[in-house]
Amino acid sequence: MHIKRIWVMFKARNFEFFRDKASFGWNFLFPFLLVAGFGILFGGREYVEYKIGVFPAPTGALTAADLEIPEGLRNTRFVQFVGFASRDEALIKLRHHKIDFVIQAGPAPHQYWISDSSHKGYLVEKIFQASLMPPQMQPAARKGQVPSAPIRYIDWLFPGILAMNMMFSALWGVGYVVVRYRKNGTLRRLKATPLTALEYLTAQMLSRLFLLMFTLAVVWFGCDLIFEFNVAGSLADIFLMFFLGSLSLAALGLVLAARGVSEEFTTGTLNFISWPMMFLSEVWFSLEGAPQWVKQMSQIFPLTQLLQGVRKITNDGATLAGVLPEIGLLVAMTIFFLAAGAYLFSWD
Amino acid sequence: MPPILEVRHLRKRYAGLMAVDDVSFSIPAGICFGLLGPNGAGKTTTLEVIEGIIQPTAGEILYKGRSRNSRFKDEIGIQFQHTALLAMLTVEEALNVFRALYQAPENLEYLVDQCQLGEFRHRRHENISGGQRQRFLLALALVNRPQLLFLDEPSTGLDPQARHNLWNIVKTIRAAGKTIILTTHYMEEAQQLCDTVAIMDHGRIIAQGAPEELIRTHCEGVTVVLPRGSIDHAQGALGLPVSVDGDTVRIQSANIDDCLRELMAWKVDLSEMTVQSPNLEHVFLNLTGRQLRE
Repeated sequence: MHIKRIWVMFKARNFEFFRDKASFGWNFLFPFLLVAGFGILFGGREYVEYKIGVFPAPTGALTAADLEIPEGLRNTRFVQFVGFASRDEALIKLRHHKIDFVIQAGPAPHQYWISDSSHKGYLVEKIFQASLMPPQMQPAARKGQVPSAPIRYIDWLFPGILAMNMMFSALWGVGYVVVRYRKNGTLRRLKATPLTALEYLTAQMLSRLFLLMFTLAVVWFGCDLIFEFNVAGSLADIFLMFFLGSLSLAALGLVLAARGVSEEFTTGTLNFISWPMMFLSEVWFSLEGAPQWVKQMSQIFPLTQLLQGVRKITNDGATLAGVLPEIGLLVAMTIFFLAAGAYLFSWD
Repeated sequence: MPPILEVRHLRKRYAGLMAVDDVSFSIPAGICFGLLGPNGAGKTTTLEVIEGIIQPTAGEILYKGRSRNSRFKDEIGIQFQHTALLAMLTVEEALNVFRALYQAPENLEYLVDQCQLGEFRHRRHENISGGQRQRFLLALALVNRPQLLFLDEPSTGLDPQARHNLWNIVKTIRAAGKTIILTTHYMEEAQQLCDTVAIMDHGRIIAQGAPEELIRTHCEGVTVVLPRGSIDHAQGALGLPVSVDGDTVRIQSANIDDCLRELMAWKVDLSEMTVQSPNLEHVFLNLTGRQLRE
């Protein structure tokens, strides 16, 4: 194995990436746009779990203090009150699940409506009924409280978007590019030189690794300037997790690149792998509450291990010792993918 | 001293097709050896099997008297007929990438000078003309100071000026003592560049030797070409083999003096006559009954 040959192929691949202005720009712009989009949608606003329609009232968002509804309900957190001029208008929105509960403003006895197919409506009804109980009727129970910092959706989502971008970039940047090179004859030309398959694949992977980490650093610090992410753990640990994650994803890309000669088939294979990984690795939403077999299956994806590790550090302040299982699995996956990729690789 | 390359009973079979069928030849060091034949004759396949790009079905290939080993790739240079390179690199950068893959690379300035790359060395290789690209690919084949150089259809698609320019470069390389194996379907290219030619058809070598020797062996005399109208009055009476080709007639003759004497005796107008010496095209025609570029 010649380091000089790996280095020159590494540089050549990097030139290709940095000089292709369109794809270079898109690699930075895409995650930034996603984060910015979600930041605009969710950032800075109070978290709202339920929407309660009130009539008769001025239309639009209402201030709870001005409403003539039971005090307990008025003081409930994570609820947004929306005003309607008439009952019919409010009930149309309720029927379409745009709101979860409708109450007529005014003195007791209160009149309310829920949709019989809305689980949120069911829960708001329970909150409403509890709010009507006088304090002395409250059931005896002792309250315990765990101190924790608030986690904004954007704080939870941001690592997911970066990891997803990393996954697409690793799989396509290695898998698709190598197949394209095989199809157009570039690999055949390289085969005629003393360059070995292992040297070539190592250079491809290292190049993609470098580009992924470079992109990560630029997008991370760029977004942090705007959104001021809350990071409980060490930034160095987070970048180490991303490094190991991109290593395993790039190695997976090598497996996909090992044999194919058809760009169309490779596109299909890449989609077949990347889409389930994106949905089952908790990029967008938590799998809490999903069937146990789905949760177990998601553990086989490197993206899942990467995200679990990063979120433990980012949101829970875990140290490297706390993410050892994820680190171990990512390293094991990388070794397995590299071995499989090198074994299966063909220049032709 | 063993030949630099020896090929024995080489076969390459694809599904339902014997692309190379029992091909054998031997190449002494320092010559230019040509594989001449029409498209689909098996020239490129033969070359790629020797280069190690594809595996043979049967046969033996000896380099300097021994089976090819790991040093073989270090000592050969290849100009592919169809190839792509790492994208977004300039000509000079691509040369440097390939130079770095070898233990003892050729000097960059020598390559630029030898293959006349100076005016476009800083241009992206995707943006150069056909003639420039062929010279650039030739330079890539020379980056490791190869002892054995493979050129696969080096001038295909070039205009006559670019082709002659490339031939001059190849002649210079040959004069420097390198052994060259080239494939071509241009008989003029083979005659200009090759010391020895193997004519291939349907995967087999049907004739082999120096171009002049092949012509001497397989063609007799010269061909006299005349406008058809000039011999109409004498065509039936001439004691010469005449073939009609559109508006012209061709007379194959072993002795040009006798031929001209007879034409003048019949008062044939010779003012538009041309005399063609036989070439490798005629050799192929005589051996197969077909033109090289049919």
